[in-house]
Amino acid sequence: MSLLEIRNLSVDFATSSGQFRAVDGVDVTVDEGDLLAIVGESGSGKSVSMLALMGLLPWTATVTADKMEFDGHDLRRLSGRARRRIIGRDISMIFQEPMSSLNPAFTVGWQIKESLRKHTSLSRSQRQDRAVELMRQVGIPAPEKRLSAYPHQLSGGMSQRAMIAIALACRPKLLIADEPTTALDVTIQAQILELLTGLQEDTGMAMVLITHDMGVVAETVERVQVQYAGQRVELQEVQGLFDDPHHPYTAALLAALPERATERKLPTIPGVVPGQFDRPAGCLFSPRCQFADARCKAERPVPAGPAMGHALCHYPLSHGHPTGKETAA
Amino acid sequence: MLSFFIRRLGTFVPTFIGVTVVAFAFIRLLPGDPILLLAGERGVSAERYEMLQEQLGFNQPIWKQYIDYVAGIFQGDLGTSFVTKRPVLDEFMALFPATVELSLCAIILATIIGIPAGVIAAVNRGKFFDQALMSTALVGYSMPIFWWALLLIIVFSGNLGWTPVSGRIGLMYFFDTPTGFMLIDSLLSGQPGAFRSAAAHLILPTVALATIPLAVIARQTRSAMLEVLGEDYVRTARAKGMSPLRVNGIHALRNAMIPVITVIGLSVGTLLAGAILTETIFSWPGIGKWMVDSIFRRDYQVVQGGLLLIALVVMIVNLIVDLLYGLFNPKIRKG
Repeated sequence: MSLLEIRNLSVDFATSSGQFRAVDGVDVTVDEGDLLAIVGESGSGKSVSMLALMGLLPWTATVTADKMEFDGHDLRRLSGRARRRIIGRDISMIFQEPMSSLNPAFTVGWQIKESLRKHTSLSRSQRQDRAVELMRQVGIPAPEKRLSAYPHQLSGGMSQRAMIAIALACRPKLLIADEPTTALDVTIQAQILELLTGLQEDTGMAMVLITHDMGVVAETVERVQVQYAGQRVELQEVQGLFDDPHHPYTAALLAALPERATERKLPTIPGVVPGQFDRPAGCLFSPRCQFADARCKAERPVPAGPAMGHALCHYPLSHGHPTGKETAA
Repeated sequence: MLSFFIRRLGTFVPTFIGVTVVAFAFIRLLPGDPILLLAGERGVSAERYEMLQEQLGFNQPIWKQYIDYVAGIFQGDLGTSFVTKRPVLDEFMALFPATVELSLCAIILATIIGIPAGVIAAVNRGKFFDQALMSTALVGYSMPIFWWALLLIIVFSGNLGWTPVSGRIGLMYFFDTPTGFMLIDSLLSGQPGAFRSAAAHLILPTVALATIPLAVIARQTRSAMLEVLGEDYVRTARAKGMSPLRVNGIHALRNAMIPVITVIGLSVGTLLAGAILTETIFSWPGIGKWMVDSIFRRDYQVVQGGLLLIALVVMIVNLIVDLLYGLFNPKIRKG
């Protein structure tokens, strides 16, 4: 059985100009010890789908799903109180901006121990010991001293390490890392990613890494889920995805990587992600897709089979060429 | 924290010197001759005029007068009332506890209602409670305090007869007042019913005086909370599985407290400087009423001394507020 299974998740936001669909029928499956990346550009609903899982969306959001199960709990039916017993203990999340994600009014130690006090039955001195252990685990030097530091006394990298320590406090089964390195320096990014994958290996927890950086994906994860405009467009093993992307969007993303560029000029994806008022009737990627035809613009595609990376496309690519197109058309 | 305290204390000294200059200049800058003003319509003979000048030191050069005045302050001599012939400091110390008692009760009432109300309004932004509370706060803030106080007296003392109309304690009670705080002294006296009477006398002036600070605190808390609730660390607290009470009441409120402490501090300062209207309407023997009476009597020594003491009190309150900033915001502490 999967640790996390989400079927047909949709999230709508009530805005002053009507409903806005941020996540559109997304499936997410994470097994125990799994390492999944969710990739997509800004506004593709990566973060929102995970925030929906955590129950952290504002009240303007409506979340619907056919299935949302974590570790045997149906998250759709849980009361707020019951959900809060799982959130922060079995599922943890770290965020994009480490500096502003820590509360400036409390010491780092207080913020780590708060989770322990809430979710475990450790005594005061055991909590202290565990906090020191966690700080050491995430590679913060002089942990005893740093526990009494305030967030403004830490650098960005140290803050993210402290956030990871908070997230790991209760030995979660699933860690969601929402663009954990976007706000950091490049050298620090590598360190944090290394730390995260190392911890994931040591503890055996599952991890979902949300990112828009394909380079990060190639180095760290096992499976990749590509999202576009709130939909899942492809799901593949990382090696297969880089070798043979099945969705034109994935292919275009990979072609835009400087490391993979073959021509003198770096290829780009023309156009922008559709917004609230210009969602196409058919395939959402069709206005920007080089292979799109009349059918793509009119009909919504259904996901292809696992062999074709569940590609949400009428003509999934195979080694760069669309398949299933009638030759006459 | 200690170095922060010392640095803050450093700014206290120049401010105090500034206050002495203002208080000193005040009486000398008033139009007309203070002695003639003091004498009133009947006038004053030449010998008496000189005697008064001598007595008040007005015949000395101005710098000498200032030095004598400051030297007096450091010896606890703030002058003597022309009217009662008692030292200004003694009068102040006799009346100040009444003001402190009333102000503290009012500010405590305003804080314990205002902060939770502001938090609840912010959390339920745009909903019924929020709108109802903010409209009420606006009414409370804009209401003329004398009218509101009179209304309270008419309803609760007049029509319902629940509370006494004015004063600090019922006339049948007599006891020593070692602390000057009627609530404490009435308890110490051991007389049955004395505390009840003192408390009953406090209720209406407290409510009248708390109204404006309450409205200000509630509104300030709401706006500060709204700002903080959108912060990333509030989301972190929720991601840790903390209850809404803890997220709003600890993680968010602690960060929203700086502007709230500021308005509470300002309110305390204003209230301690004398709630002139409230004290007058309820015949509350505090320093607000004392200052107004002294101005009407042209008792300049009292006005000058009182001004200095009130300024000193406000400065001390501000000092405490600054220290509280450090308590709520570690960045300021280290700064």
